Amino acid sequence: MGKPVPVPTPETQPFWDGCAAGELRIQRCLDCGQAYFYPRPVCPHCGSARIEWFTASGAATLYSYVINHRPAPGFEEDGPYAIAVVQLAEGPRMMTSLVGVPNTPEALELDMPLKVAFEQRGEISLPVFKPAQLEPAP
Amino acid sequence: MSTGAIIAGAAETDQLGKLPDHSTLGLHLQAALNALADAGLTTKDIDGIATVSAPGPVQVAHALGVTPRWMDGTGVGGTSFLLHVRHAAAAIAAGQANTVLITHGESGRSRIGAARFAPAPSLPPGQFEAPYGVFGPTTAFTIPVLRYMKDYGLTHEQLAYVAVAQRRWAAKNPRAMFRDPITVDDVLASRLVAYPFHLLECCLVTDGGGALIVTRADRAGDFPKPAVHVLGAGESAETPMISQMRDFTESQAFRLAGQAAFAQAGITTSDVGHLMIYDAFAHLPIYGLEALGFVGKGEAGAFIADGHTEPGGSLPLNTNGGGLSYTHTGMYGMFAMLEAVRQLRGEAAAQVAGPEISVVLGNGGMFATCGVLVLGRGVS
Repeated sequence: MGKPVPVPTPETQPFWDGCAAGELRIQRCLDCGQAYFYPRPVCPHCGSARIEWFTASGAATLYSYVINHRPAPGFEEDGPYAIAVVQLAEGPRMMTSLVGVPNTPEALELDMPLKVAFEQRGEISLPVFKPAQLEPAP
Repeated sequence: MSTGAIIAGAAETDQLGKLPDHSTLGLHLQAALNALADAGLTTKDIDGIATVSAPGPVQVAHALGVTPRWMDGTGVGGTSFLLHVRHAAAAIAAGQANTVLITHGESGRSRIGAARFAPAPSLPPGQFEAPYGVFGPTTAFTIPVLRYMKDYGLTHEQLAYVAVAQRRWAAKNPRAMFRDPITVDDVLASRLVAYPFHLLECCLVTDGGGALIVTRADRAGDFPKPAVHVLGAGESAETPMISQMRDFTESQAFRLAGQAAFAQAGITTSDVGHLMIYDAFAHLPIYGLEALGFVGKGEAGAFIADGHTEPGGSLPLNTNGGGLSYTHTGMYGMFAMLEAVRQLRGEAAAQVAGPEISVVLGNGGMFATCGVLVLGRGVS
């Protein structure tokens, strides 16, 4: 059994299309202006249905995590792995994996800056996050 | 104040633990018959039924030969049975039912006749959490606590002490699965399940069941055991995905359900003599104590480590040993209520000194839902 592959729905397809293009596309409300995640047709902050998609910066910080020692089906070869929740610069949080950094308590400090990256999983490009300092200086 | 309902019967299955000779449905039915016997009633007296799927209220009612005129199949995780009590009390007050049977049974360990659960890959948890290796409560329910530790200074030792304190209650309880004393060092030396959680900071996985009978408070003198009054009840929901919990250091659902229950009962924390907080993992009593207002934000870890909730402490908490040491079938809420009933009746294995009011906080899913009940010996 391989790792789980997301199956998009009509409401979430633009998010996955964005990932395939190497962009983190999320939604925001045209009435209250707040960004939100996961994709859905109504703003969870104010209830408005006037919403738009936009491309998030991909910058985030590490909000919390565990290091799982009992692998899910498909993750048996990974060794202990972090399941993380990151806070995007735009506000919303999402679950993710942490790459380009040892998945150990010593290496993973809460609030460390992160940057989105994408990993292929079947037909899906899956957003993951890596330490921001791995980015070349501008 | 009161909801106008009482718990007239309450019982567990004959045994808890590893019961490969019982199906999930079989555990429901044995618990139901035990609760009926406890109340001195028969199936003919039952006109309402509530339980979760599977097997669901239709299956349980039919298997018992009950034709209900009221039913509730609310299934929102392990706290569902607390919500059933709240809904039953409302139905009884509205004249829709007289005597409601609420059943729980789960072949959580042996998985005999049990449903398999995995989120569909097109549902939000299937799209936005499962791909990252989430697989059951140990991988998800645990995620918030590092944030809490950083923001409020909770230590690994204080988290471990929650399991130590509850083992001290379990040591007094012959039906508890784990009774041998443990130390903080033992907890921290047990194998890592999901850092920062060690095995002894995670609940048991057992088979078992329990049932309650709820009826009108004006019948309080009609039963063999002292009536336990349902003084107040509350419920709420926060999130279907742990990643979307609003603030990882507190549960909105715990707080809202608690406020509703305390308001209906007209009580404050100082009225509470006994407390049950659903403990699938060691951090839940910490979140629960703070959400209900027994201590301030960030204070619960030290409160427990200072001994206030263990035998001899001022606020007896999880006196059966809890999900960490007593039993945990997967949906523990029924067992938390049953221990509160035993304490108020004066028949608990680790009986505390005459509590007038017991509060039960049930969790459903992973900080997904909450039910809170205020139970009392009488109506003030």
